[in-house]
Amino acid sequence: MTALLKYREIWLLAAIVLLIGLISTRFPAFADPGNLRQVFNDTSILMILALGQMVVVLTRSIDLSMASNLCFTGMVVAMLNAAHPAIPIPLLIVIALVVGLVLGAINGLLVWRLNIPSIVVTLGTLTIYRGATFVISGGAWVNADKMSPDFIGFQRAAFLGIPVLSWIAILVIALFFLLMTRTALGRSIYAIGVNPTASVYTGIDVGRTKFVVFCISGMIGGLSGYLWISRYVIASVEVANGYELNIIAACVIGGISIAGGIGSVGGAVLGALFLGIISNALPVINISPFWQMAISGSAIILAVMLNARGERQQGRIILRKAEAV
Amino acid sequence: MDTTAQHSEPKERPPASAPRLTLSGISKSFPGVRALHNVSLSLYPGQVTALIGENGAGKSTLVKIMTGIYQPDAGTISIDGQAVTLPSAHAAFGIGVTAIHQETVLFDDLSVAENIFLGHAPRSRFGTIDWRTMRKNAREVLDIMHAGHIDADARLRDLGIANKHLVAVARAMSIDSQIVIMDEPTAALSMKEIEELFLLIEFLKEQGKAILFISHKFDEIYRIADRYTVFRDGEMVGEGLIKDAGQSQIVRMMVGRSVDHIFPQRKAEIGAPVLSVSGLSHPTEFNDVGFELHKGEILGFYGLVGAGRSEVMQAISGITRTSAGTIILEGKTIAPKSAAETIEAGIVYVPEERGKQGVVIGLPIFQNVSLPSLKRTSKTGLLRLAEEFSLARSYTERLDLRASSLSQDVGTLSGGNQQKVVIAKWLATAPKVIILDEPTKGIDIGSKAAVHGFMAELVAQGLSVIMVSSELPEILGMSDRVIVMREGLVAAVYDNKGLDAETLVRTAAGIAA
Repeated sequence: MTALLKYREIWLLAAIVLLIGLISTRFPAFADPGNLRQVFNDTSILMILALGQMVVVLTRSIDLSMASNLCFTGMVVAMLNAAHPAIPIPLLIVIALVVGLVLGAINGLLVWRLNIPSIVVTLGTLTIYRGATFVISGGAWVNADKMSPDFIGFQRAAFLGIPVLSWIAILVIALFFLLMTRTALGRSIYAIGVNPTASVYTGIDVGRTKFVVFCISGMIGGLSGYLWISRYVIASVEVANGYELNIIAACVIGGISIAGGIGSVGGAVLGALFLGIISNALPVINISPFWQMAISGSAIILAVMLNARGERQQGRIILRKAEAV
Repeated sequence: MDTTAQHSEPKERPPASAPRLTLSGISKSFPGVRALHNVSLSLYPGQVTALIGENGAGKSTLVKIMTGIYQPDAGTISIDGQAVTLPSAHAAFGIGVTAIHQETVLFDDLSVAENIFLGHAPRSRFGTIDWRTMRKNAREVLDIMHAGHIDADARLRDLGIANKHLVAVARAMSIDSQIVIMDEPTAALSMKEIEELFLLIEFLKEQGKAILFISHKFDEIYRIADRYTVFRDGEMVGEGLIKDAGQSQIVRMMVGRSVDHIFPQRKAEIGAPVLSVSGLSHPTEFNDVGFELHKGEILGFYGLVGAGRSEVMQAISGITRTSAGTIILEGKTIAPKSAAETIEAGIVYVPEERGKQGVVIGLPIFQNVSLPSLKRTSKTGLLRLAEEFSLARSYTERLDLRASSLSQDVGTLSGGNQQKVVIAKWLATAPKVIILDEPTKGIDIGSKAAVHGFMAELVAQGLSVIMVSSELPEILGMSDRVIVMREGLVAAVYDNKGLDAETLVRTAAGIAA
């Protein structure tokens, strides 16, 4: 299994390298280390969001409300900053995490306690959270001129030549890697996705674990809210509208099975990078946005096809071994 | 289809003495398991043949062959003397074989009429479904069966199981099925519904259908069957007319066997009570179950499928709730609210359905083993892989697990080795009481012996084992005492000294000695 997953990730990595190679034939500067660092920075928020979505998808659930959570939390921190510019940025980030956590916990409680399918719960909160953004802002925007210089500058500050935003992404990747490979929670998340019934017998509380993963995706949504608003320096009801589909696309391209139980941190990160490169590079080499959408869409279908094929091969291995034993 | 015509003018049938369906020399093997060996079965028009045998005797496999789901490795199937092949379920259906299962395979969200005519619905001139004719025909079929109380337009979901059986039979009637297989149709029915089912079977007999009736309940078999065929360990061991055979004779055929499996000798010292359960009750599944389990003891639980054994074990292990009763483990009353709590207390339950409830396919072997013990293998919140590996290695080695690496996906192991992983996983939690539900169901002989040997080793180390099993040799070969459950109640408790299989089967089936 692990070998197979590695195999998939290497495939994706190869596809990314090939893509960069192809683009650099038309636009050589694209493959410059400096530009690649820029692409990574541009993709950071998507990578962080994809990781939050990944833990949910692994438990056979889905969180459609992440982009709305991002929008709401982003509005909250932007309004706070506009009203009280003295609040230090680290505290503002903690506030974003807590607000996101609350929104995620609402999703999680509905899934856990009322046993409503997550797709229904988060389809509902997708609109509710965006509606709530309108309610708190009255439909008004928070523009760059109302945000404090620190608010905008924090993620742009360079540390060892790399922007803080990229460092945050690296930190989140590392934490998720630790969570998924080295903690009991991570192990339970995989077990629930693969075999919920056996998990119950093993003493894993399936409902509570699902609650926890929604809390995680909520916190990620909240964190991304601050990062997004301070990056694009505008907070409005329209922020990241429809972006939940990009997040899920990154997961799917990264080999995370929508049926749960299969997927890795590396896959989610590479899936996000793949989408990031496409959206960054294609305009540069004069390919129309419609082609971009077609390419992203084809990548999703291709990824699912490859994954389905991978699972079939696994089936054949079972038979051969079963015969050998 | 005109359903009335076939009843007013019955088709010409071969004389009643000739079988309608004959299976001869049928063999079927699965990797590591020989399910059927050279068995024969004949079904006669207008007669009910009872297929009798213990669990694992091969009845289900035979039904699957008759309904085209499995292909036999050898042997012939003939209908009215003509050899046929049944390459698919569709082919079996087309040739007139209908099976009615415990949980009837119908479509809950379609109407009764749609269920009856699915796949052969009457068409209008434009090729669309002729709903009016379909409803009319459905009502006619139901009326013929004296089942006019079923509304042809009702959703199937809203019907009880008995009525669903009637719909399944109506479907068989609508395609003029000549062979009807009833696989434990009474398992989920009330007494009144069983009576109605028997009336229906009488009706089918009058219609000249050949019926195969599978049941564990002797009173039903003697009530409705004309003939019997007994299977044991995948072979046919007897057949004849039911009126010529006594119940004891049939029980002897079912259980009499050559000893082909040596059970381990063991010298476990049986000590003080470890677990005592009293008055354990559930609103619908079991009532007033009580027993004591001693240190170093293997306590067997025998009974028919559906006697409530697994349900009791799930309650003891905290997976389901009880309405009353106490569970005392080593002098301390426990009231488990979750599986995690009972595992912590020292009771583990190894469930029956290995694939669904046991192994987590997709995770490597060592992660499967450590899954319930993650608290112990982690420090400061982080798992320690080296410790997980050594935990997994020590238990899988003791069970003689055959795997190339502990990082291998459990899905790549054979059934027997998967079962060893499941047992290793539970042993790694260092339990005091281990409950094994059908520990050797569907695994090969070699793995069975390994599991039995290991059970003997467990009790020698002072663990206590509850073994739920429907396999008589296993119950008799392994248990110190045997509790027989029937219909959710404890029917009897036996010391396994000179205990014989017939006594157990009689008690489980409720036959007076």
